[in-house]
Parts: sequence; C-alpha cells; structure tokens
Amino acid sequence: MSVDSDAVYVLGIAMTRFGKHPDLDTIDLAAEAISSALGDAAASMRDIGVMAAGNLMGGSVAFGQEIQKHVGQTGIPVYNVANACATGATALRTVIMALKAGEADMGLAVGVEKLAGAGLLVNPAAVADATSWTPSGRLGGVTDVEGLIGTTRNMPGVFAQIGMEYGNRYGGTSFELFARISEKNHAHSTLNPLSAYQKRFTVEEIMNDVMIAYPNTRPMCSANCDGAAAAVIVSGRKLKSLSASQQRRAVKISASVLTTDPWEAGCQVLPNINTLTRNAARQAYEQAGIGPQDLDLVELHDCFATAELVHYDNLMLCEEGGAVDFFNSGATWRDGVTPVNVSGGLESKGHPVAATGIANVWEVCHHLRGEAGERQIDGARVGLAHVIGLGSACGVHILEKVAA
Amino acid sequence: MTDARIPVVDYLHLEPEPRLSALQCDSCGAQFFGRRNACASCFGAAFTSRELPSDGVVQTYTIVCTAEPGITVPFIAAAVDCGGVLVAGNLVCVEPDPASISTGMRVRLALTSLGVDDRGVEAVGFGFEPVK
Repeated sequence: MSVDSDAVYVLGIAMTRFGKHPDLDTIDLAAEAISSALGDAAASMRDIGVMAAGNLMGGSVAFGQEIQKHVGQTGIPVYNVANACATGATALRTVIMALKAGEADMGLAVGVEKLAGAGLLVNPAAVADATSWTPSGRLGGVTDVEGLIGTTRNMPGVFAQIGMEYGNRYGGTSFELFARISEKNHAHSTLNPLSAYQKRFTVEEIMNDVMIAYPNTRPMCSANCDGAAAAVIVSGRKLKSLSASQQRRAVKISASVLTTDPWEAGCQVLPNINTLTRNAARQAYEQAGIGPQDLDLVELHDCFATAELVHYDNLMLCEEGGAVDFFNSGATWRDGVTPVNVSGGLESKGHPVAATGIANVWEVCHHLRGEAGERQIDGARVGLAHVIGLGSACGVHILEKVAA
Repeated sequence: MTDARIPVVDYLHLEPEPRLSALQCDSCGAQFFGRRNACASCFGAAFTSRELPSDGVVQTYTIVCTAEPGITVPFIAAAVDCGGVLVAGNLVCVEPDPASISTGMRVRLALTSLGVDDRGVEAVGFGFEPVK
C-alpha cells in the first residue's frame, strides 16, 4: 500500500506505563507520552500545527496550554476536549478533523489521568440534607435520589444493568460467563509490560473477589490508575515528503468516527450504549471499506466485564444476539479468530480515563507495526479501537498497516 | 404533628392511588421523566402528563454492594417496563440475592418512607415489589 495524499496517518504514538506514578504529576505523564510520541515520529514540537488535549479529572480549564509550557510553546491552537471516557478518542478525532480540513499537516493529541487509588468514581452529588423536604431540580426531587430510584452514578451498577439487559434479550449470560471475560483480559495482560496489572486470575478468584455491583466483582471493573498516551498525526500529503523509514512505520487511519445516542425509547432511563456503538461501527466499516471479518485485533471499551460482551455484538464481531456463543467459542482470546483486548483491556491494563482512547490506538498500531514483542498478533494488518464515554459518546478508529 | 406527605419526585403521585406519570410529547408520543425544554426525539415543545400502569416487568437489574459515602447498600437497582415505558427504580420487599431476582420478573409499584422533616412532613419514595 502506498501513501494516500488524502488520508491521515499515525506518524508516532506512545503510552506511559499504566499504574501508580506517585512521583509524577499529570504534566510529567503527558510530557513523557508526548516526548516518546515525537521520538517515535522523528518529529519535534516545531512540526506540530495543531494540538488537542484531554484530562477529565484534573480540574484545569486550559490543560493543553499547561502542557505546552513544559514541552514547547509555539503559538499553535490547542483544543481542550472533554467527552467522559471517550475524551482521548475525541482529542485524536479533533486533530484528525483539523488535518482533513487542511488547517494543519501535522498534529498532536494527548490524554492523561491520575487515578491511582481513586476508588469508586462517581459524578458529583447534589447538595442534600435540607431540614425540610423541598422539591428542586428537573425531577422535582426532595432529596438526592441516587440509590433510592436505581442508580445513575454507580458506574459498575449502570454497566452491570447493561450486561444483564443483553442477557434478558438474548439469554445465555451468567455471573460465571462475565467472570470468564474478565479472566481472558487478565490473562492477556500478563504479556503486556505497560499494563497496570499483569496477574492472571482464575474464574473462582474473580467470582469470589469483592462484589461491587452484581455481577461485576472488583477484577471485573476497570482499574483506576495513572497514565498518559499521545499520538502524532500527519496528513498523507505531508507524509509523502518524509523519510522512507517514517513512511514505513506510519499507520493509516482508515476510519475515524464519533457518535452520540440517537433518541430511542428508554435511552434516558437506562443508558443505551448499543445503538451509538453500532452506528459508529457501521460508519467506520463503510469509511474503511472493510468488514468486521477483516479485523486482526480489536481493542474495545471493557470498562466492566458486562460491557465487553455487548460490544462484541455492537461492533458486529458476531451475529446479532450471538455474543455469548461468540465468546464461548474462544474467538476473543488472543489465539482466537478475533482477538479482543490483547493489551489486557481496561479491566487489567487500566483505565486512566482521558488516556484510554489514545492508548488503545497505540496498542493496535504496535501490532500493525510488528513491534508488540511477546504479545504480537502475527501478521496483523487491520485493527479497530473503540471507546464509550457514558452520556454518551462513542469513538471508533480503524487502523491499517501501510508497509507491505 | 401533621400527616402531610410529599413525593420524592414530581412524577410520583400519592393520591388518589399511588401512580407514576411520564411527560408525553404531544407531537410524537415520546415519554420522559423530568422537565424537558424540547422533545429529544422530534424537538416539539409541548408535553402532556400521562399516568403509567403500576404493574411492570423487570428488564434488567444489578445489586449495588459498593457505593459512594452516604448511599445505603446493598440496593437492587432495576429498569422496569411499565406498559411500554422503561422506569428506573429499586426492587423492594425482596432479598438482594441473585437467587431471589430475575429479569422477566413481574413487579408492581410500592411506596417507601424516606423519613419525616422538621415540619413533620413525610417524604415518600417508591420502588417495585414482586407480584406474588
């Protein structure tokens, strides 16, 4: 495959080790990922014409500019983006849009989070504890209704309901089935030196661990950790003027899609993460001119074991309603027909929220370049990276190997 | 002392019979809980309150065992189909044990007490209890 002037490419990409970095702040982590990505691209901040930065939990209102002060201030525009767990993919997509619009020929996307030891993540609660019951807000609530009228803030619980709803529709799910999905991802991460956890668990250990929200026990939940990821994106036109070795290692972005929920009955009561993922996947396959059967590996948003199952179906890796049989066939283990989350996924590699949507693209690129070492998926040529930010936003990127 | 009661949310009605209601879009029939500026489905801006059946079927549930400080656990969060409208609510009067709960289970609206304030007003919540 030769370089296509109208396409965009990953020129350089990197992630830090995910895990505990008590001595590094968000800027240190972002700077480390940026420096590695620029090194990987054989480029410098001087080459970058546009930048997008994500950091969801850090509280800064101009995080990209803060990073620039430590990696290089060149006066380029920075877009500070936030899109829940799809923040990293949104940063990437923002840069891709700027390049496709012709406003720059090289751009930088970065996402970083410090969450080690954060425990259960929740959205801010409304202030309660009034001395008299007084209706307020859009529901006319007299108190905070979290835990009284189901849950909207408990992510393990929300995603548990999503997995159980799939079981109600199609059958075949069980506590043990979801635990076995987690077993797979933890087994995969033992080959990933950048993963937060690199420990294999038995199904029994997973099922007997602390119950967070049935059926999700602790190892079935995404691992809170510190980490950053960054990508240098280049236009095909510019790539043609770069060196042979840069062209050889470049990875084509064959599809870049971001969707939100189209309204459907019930979607504001139980988040529907299915339709927007299916829509994003359909658009991505069309853009890339490939089908799910062509994918050599998939990194999908297993924020909880219950979520991974429904995305087999949403990404059309299996027939509609067939996710349980698909998993039971062994298809999604690293030696299966469609390896899923060979990095360890969010459950084991970790989920530093704003870094996730770039780190999963890094994982796919790593395999397409044949640089994944022990966990290399042999002969990988096409891969897909997917994230969901509840609310919702879905990002899908399809990556293709350029060099023969 | 007063026997005044107030519903936990404005879509719960206590009299004459306990009922939930949804706001229904006058143009397309889409239903919502809570005040809307416009319909998310057709963008119409006129809504009419519509009572929902009190019987329903559990579509999905989870047993939340670990939650943020201040939230009593465990609780069973569920989504219940009440006459074609999906409603969020806790399952009540049933053990928080997967052996006692199943999707497809028939349930009905039940009231819960959330306590009495300084004025003696009782806040009334709701959940769904199994239909025996």
